[in-house]
Amino acid sequence: MKNKNPVWKFFVSVKLTVFLLLSLAATSVIGTIIPQNADPEIYFHKFGPFLFRLFEVLDIFDMYHAWWFQLLLFLLITNIVVCSIDRLSATWKLVFPKKIMFNLARFEKLKNKEAFSIDGLPGELEDKYTSFAAKKFGRQQVDKTGDGFVLFAEKWRWARFGVYIVHASVILLIIGAIIGSLFGFEGFANIPEGESVDSVRLRNSGRVQPLGFTIHNEDFDISFYDTGAPKEFRSSLTILENGQPMLKKDIIVNDPLRYNGISIYMASYGEMAPEKQAEHDFSMEIIHLNFTIKSSGMVYKRKAEIGKPVNIPEGNGTFTLTAFNPDAEFRGQNIGAALAGTLSPVQGEPMEVLLPLHFPNFDKMRRGAVVISVADQQKETFSPMKKEDVRYYSGLEVNRDPGVWVVYSGFIIMIVGCFITFFMSHQQICIEVMRKGNKSDVRIMGIANKNKIGMRRQVEKFAKHLANMR
Amino acid sequence: MNSSQLLSFVTFMYGFAATFYIAAWIFKQTMPAKLARWVAIAGILMNAAGFILRWKESYDIGYGHAPLSNMYESLVFFALTIGIIYLFIEIRYKATVVGAFATPIAFLAMAYASLSPNVSDKIQPLIPALKSNWLIAHVVTCFFGYAAFAVAFGISIMYLIKSWAPDKESGILARLPGLNDLDELTHQMIMFGFLFLSIGIITGAVWANSAWGSYWSWDPKETWSLITWFVYATLLHARTMRGWYGKRIAYLSIIGFGAVLFTYFGVNYLPGLHSYGAV
Repeated sequence: MKNKNPVWKFFVSVKLTVFLLLSLAATSVIGTIIPQNADPEIYFHKFGPFLFRLFEVLDIFDMYHAWWFQLLLFLLITNIVVCSIDRLSATWKLVFPKKIMFNLARFEKLKNKEAFSIDGLPGELEDKYTSFAAKKFGRQQVDKTGDGFVLFAEKWRWARFGVYIVHASVILLIIGAIIGSLFGFEGFANIPEGESVDSVRLRNSGRVQPLGFTIHNEDFDISFYDTGAPKEFRSSLTILENGQPMLKKDIIVNDPLRYNGISIYMASYGEMAPEKQAEHDFSMEIIHLNFTIKSSGMVYKRKAEIGKPVNIPEGNGTFTLTAFNPDAEFRGQNIGAALAGTLSPVQGEPMEVLLPLHFPNFDKMRRGAVVISVADQQKETFSPMKKEDVRYYSGLEVNRDPGVWVVYSGFIIMIVGCFITFFMSHQQICIEVMRKGNKSDVRIMGIANKNKIGMRRQVEKFAKHLANMR
Repeated sequence: MNSSQLLSFVTFMYGFAATFYIAAWIFKQTMPAKLARWVAIAGILMNAAGFILRWKESYDIGYGHAPLSNMYESLVFFALTIGIIYLFIEIRYKATVVGAFATPIAFLAMAYASLSPNVSDKIQPLIPALKSNWLIAHVVTCFFGYAAFAVAFGISIMYLIKSWAPDKESGILARLPGLNDLDELTHQMIMFGFLFLSIGIITGAVWANSAWGSYWSWDPKETWSLITWFVYATLLHARTMRGWYGKRIAYLSIIGFGAVLFTYFGVNYLPGLHSYGAV
């Protein structure tokens, strides 16, 4: 199909494909270096007024949703569609020809041919060779020649469609993503233990989205490994409609609850601020610290005060408490009250150390030569870890994405399509057998539309096999 | 002997195999080539044994997860996948000299895992986000993709070396396979890698959807894997549709592997959801 339309000509170009793919690759880098969707104030502080304004105009702070990035994606999709349509009719004619024609001349032009001489007349070989070709290739055709025969066989003609399958899958992914963004939502809700919500706040707009049902948070539980790393976050949820419980489920990370097309994910948690007991402020007090020396296994108790360095026993440098934070965070998780300090080893850089009052084993995670913790009786004085006193809220991600199944089918089709495109080719072989006295001369040639080396090796293998078929 | 000791031994095996392969290539000796093959095979088997032993150890401690959860474990698995893919090429294409360019990469991965002070060989428990059946599918497919791209990178380097004097009949350049074969082999490796990278990204997306509620959130690791995918997609289109060939493909393959390395290591220095890969 030759189309002279200039727009069509623009989009049918593979140069455009290469340009778009490389532009998408290059521009995507920006958003991985500049954190996306952060507070404008942080950006302003970091980049100064001029760059801030420039980046804001170019939507750099939310670049994957910026008009120019979406335009690149749109151009790529148009490019894929136009290229595929343009080439499909030619491929279609190849895959579904009116009559499959084998042409000996095409095979004769090949550089790589296998040839051997074998006992037996062509007539004796014909049956064996045809059944061999039928087994390996399927569709075949035998032409009698003056002193023998030519056998043509082929398979996987339809594999020429592979690349169109991959392109179709990309289009499905985009359609699925568009359905998701038009008809879905991404929201979140922080529900304190024992409370319920019937709507969530949307991530991008901040609007309130009613759910049509109620989520009740019975209980939140967190457990830790003895290394101090979190083991499991669990929320026990009940779904209610008109006050009637419809579904009960404990959700953990990686195991969400789904109800009425809405998915509820365990995303984060926190301690309830108002009911938390006022943490004792001990920035002015003497604190007892335990230093466990790894090499000797000894535990030493030392007094410490904020701002005054303490010598760590066995010559392990010094430790200085720097601050008390009643509401500390570690990797985005609230870990409650904690002391912060600076550890200055004899060798190496000083490092910041966090000592949460609720998790005495926390500092083991650092895997340093010394493990520091707040001594036991101190901990009890400040923060009795009675679980019932701490009230948590569950941070839930609440989403609806009706496009997800379109995207998933795109995924499967893409894998199948890539496999066909890369590892299956339309293969044709030609076996020519000519009588020569009491023997036969055999020539084998193969054509594939992809992976020529593989085809050559296959022809060599067939030749060996056919030569030993007596 | 525990798995870490066994695996640090594997580092040496890969180092020896690489040395013998390079010696065989430079000095045109068949003896070191044969030796290299056996050392490499022994190294790969020990690498696999170390991987399985570590899996068992994790169950003994009570954590019980596949050893695919942090930087050390991923490097060990990366070396293993490179070994497997290289062995496949050696058996299928009888191209021994490829070993001089593939085993050094496996050696470097293991050396980094065993020697770098930033990489801890401790078996750690799984944090909640990693507790999923998708962990194995996602990591295994990604690393077969990465390893295929690593081997393609090695072959592209061979191509560029060979292309200094492709017609020379003796010397170390002559002992490299022909340009056409190298070019075709690069292409084969990249197709294999592209399929597995695609499956890796897809399994990651499905996993992300069940853990975080969104199959794509432009987190830096996701984005860099997509950048890598774009680079190799460019290569495949340039080759099939524009007839790009030889040096240009070799350069693109090297750029692509640069993107792979950034996806693997560089991203850990950027903020994002995949930060546990850095530990």
